[in-house]
Amino acid sequence: MCKDCGCGLPGDVAIDGVRVGGETSRLAEPRAPGASARPDDHGHVHPHTHDHEHTHDHGHEHEHPHDHEHPHDHEHDHPHAHVHESPHTLSVEQRILDKNDRLAERNRGYFHAKGLYVLNVLASPGAGKTAFIERTAADLGQRVRLGVIVGDLATENDAVRLRGRGIPAIQITTGSVCHLDAEMVSRAMERLDLNALQVLVIENVGNLVCPAVYDLGENARVVLLSVTEGEDKPLKYPVMFRSAQVVVINKMDIAGAVGFDRETALRNVRRAAPEATIFEVSAKTGHGMDAWYRYLDEAVR
Amino acid sequence: MHELSLMQDTVIIATKQAREAGAHHIHRIMMRVGALSGAVPETLEFAFDIVAKGTMAEGATLEIERVPVRCYCPACAQEFEPTDLVCECTGCGRPSVDIQRGRELHLTSLEVS
Repeated sequence: MCKDCGCGLPGDVAIDGVRVGGETSRLAEPRAPGASARPDDHGHVHPHTHDHEHTHDHGHEHEHPHDHEHPHDHEHDHPHAHVHESPHTLSVEQRILDKNDRLAERNRGYFHAKGLYVLNVLASPGAGKTAFIERTAADLGQRVRLGVIVGDLATENDAVRLRGRGIPAIQITTGSVCHLDAEMVSRAMERLDLNALQVLVIENVGNLVCPAVYDLGENARVVLLSVTEGEDKPLKYPVMFRSAQVVVINKMDIAGAVGFDRETALRNVRRAAPEATIFEVSAKTGHGMDAWYRYLDEAVR
Repeated sequence: MHELSLMQDTVIIATKQAREAGAHHIHRIMMRVGALSGAVPETLEFAFDIVAKGTMAEGATLEIERVPVRCYCPACAQEFEPTDLVCECTGCGRPSVDIQRGRELHLTSLEVS
């Protein structure tokens, strides 16, 4: 657990059953030129104090030159004598997701250098994400080699299932965290032989809310909606659907049985995700998957 | 509830900034949260009390400025405030892809001593 803030992150996160925290992601070092430091190896910034002399004033915002890692963890008294006693306002203006977004950009650069096309697959639990990925990998076979990073709160069932079909897969179990973030992905991908892949699929935690705001470094977001979920789902989760480049309507093979109103659903998808490409498929029967493969072929090229 | 993670990051940024300015206490944290940010202000407030405990922000007041969505419609050549998060133009009804405001999730300022 973090001694500074007591937050406990990411104590519960594990990759293929191994708890994360003791090692540093290969993307963390060396730092990109000009990038801010990652002061420690467990995912969030720890302020440190230091006792060398400063010749500059502290009454203004300035770039802090001492952003190297400090190996020691004891406390120093801060030597500045000019501590403000009365409350005053500090202007900060910082994006909360800045750190995740910087890591996501680093992931993106790394993927690009490897020549990988990366998909972030998002949906409610049970929409058929794993089946969709499984079908895609099986049908594309050696033509497009595909690997998977799969996130769930618990169990390695999905990774085991994918590996059972010969698909390279790494499981991230997030414990209590409801989404994947860029750092979890950067750690997990170390365990995949990325050089052997053309497409990396990140199957996010089943959730249409939280994962929407976390960029992982993907090329495209694929949001799945199954016919059993109701035609108005895109309107209920507009932030997620708006972020999608691709919307897949899955389980079309049972559309009739569940009284799925196709026209209404398509209209709602177009309202919430006006720029998304839409595919209507059944991952189970393979119906409609060819159009998706053509899209993917084009994107990978 | 990713608001817990978001507030954790907020408190980390706030305490870092406050310490760098030589402060010992954070009395107030001001944030700007857009309607399309994916974060719920009430949940952020709830999460804040939990994550601030034991830090220099414990007991601080969290003030959230809510930012409504503002879009641009190229067909009507005008900005508009949509009635919901689907962002359809109030003039012509076309869905807008040009979100000008409403995605903010910022720590704006701190009151420290």
